[in-house]
Amino acid sequence: MAKPRVYKTEAIVLKRNDLGEADSIITLYTPNLGKIRAVARGVRRPKSKLGGHLDLLTQSALLLAHGQTLDVITQSQTIESFLPLKSDLRNISCALYMAELVNQFTVEGAEHYPVYRLLLDDLLWLCEARDSDTVLRHFELHLLSHLGYQPELYQCLNCKSPLAPERNLFSASGGGVLCSKCAGSEPATRPISVDALKVMRFLLSNSPASASRLRLGRAISREVEQLLRWYIRYILEREVKSLEFLDHLR
Amino acid sequence: MRIERIPAVEPVSRLIEEFGKLPGIGPKSAARLAYYLLRMPEAEAKALAEAIIAVKDKTVLCSSCQNITDADPCAICSSDERDHSIICVVKEPLDILALERTGIYKGLYHVLHGVLSPMDGIGPDDLKIKELLGRMNTGAVKEVILATNPNLEGEATAMYIQKLLTPLGVQVTRLARGLPVGGDLEYADEVTLTHALESRREM
Repeated sequence: MAKPRVYKTEAIVLKRNDLGEADSIITLYTPNLGKIRAVARGVRRPKSKLGGHLDLLTQSALLLAHGQTLDVITQSQTIESFLPLKSDLRNISCALYMAELVNQFTVEGAEHYPVYRLLLDDLLWLCEARDSDTVLRHFELHLLSHLGYQPELYQCLNCKSPLAPERNLFSASGGGVLCSKCAGSEPATRPISVDALKVMRFLLSNSPASASRLRLGRAISREVEQLLRWYIRYILEREVKSLEFLDHLR
Repeated sequence: MRIERIPAVEPVSRLIEEFGKLPGIGPKSAARLAYYLLRMPEAEAKALAEAIIAVKDKTVLCSSCQNITDADPCAICSSDERDHSIICVVKEPLDILALERTGIYKGLYHVLHGVLSPMDGIGPDDLKIKELLGRMNTGAVKEVILATNPNLEGEATAMYIQKLLTPLGVQVTRLARGLPVGGDLEYADEVTLTHALESRREM
């Protein structure tokens, strides 16, 4: 049987790049096809039927036609526009940061449903969250976990003994925590406090619904943020660009 | 034995290469354009060359509105017939042409030369936002219309500028968002329809 010319999927818009006069190349994250890039014709015209349904950070149901190099989006219908999130500049920049992380961590065509679910759930959480920092930390930790970079937070990377409630060391190269005795065994390390370790454990083992109860002090929130940024920077081997604007707004 | 390939003569291949740098022009189109120019009457080709040189030599950014102009300040900024108490903020010079076509806007403009795009590393310092704030110092400006594109990045840029301008006591407005003329209601997205309903007008 011939391959069908069109296919349906839902997707979240991660990125838009202008193409030619009025077209765009849209980077989408889908539940069953992973990350895909597709052409949307005429979306930059005011009367485009597609345009409003394909804005950044919109979840849409799409119909795509197979193309020679890139597939072409032929129909789109918004499922969730995350409107409450888009009326606040800080939340927009948080959501853009999440989209950039997904875009940088994933490759085209590799299906990964849990990442789609995580992005969707945490964007919905961000719409009503009182503390956007907690959402970002939850998102970072779970994204790392789904992609195989979950940090070891319960036993020492080196000697495998359970971590004592004291100041330990977080190792980016080893992807986890070292006890104070094994401190010298990994090159890139930073100190991690007991509270930071507990916060990371809690966020990793909870869904948005239960994690949203967490209230973090400023100092501890900063510590976890800096640690995770440093770890992500180490894995990606490049800067996450949207962080600059996020810091600018602070 | 392989025969050595002979490329186009040097001046032609150089022209092809230069055309190839333009947006939307691939190697084939670049070659077609180059050979078309070769067949063109000399006067026309020279006129094109001069126009290209002039566009770089004789244009500057207006020190007030940042639009591209041949005289600083530009014709709009120096006109007595324009309303100097209103500034319309746009993303790029082409947007001014679109707004001028309406013929109903009598105020001044300000070109940002881009919008905030955190994912591409474009932040406030890469746009002409400082220059816009500088124009508020005279106290002559009563209203700023934010006319960035109605997409997420345009909205974010508008929100950012609004946060900076409101403390200065300037009235900040945003272009209305709603249904396009000739559009079809059934294809409108929820966000557009929501805005259209919220800002409906009595007939």
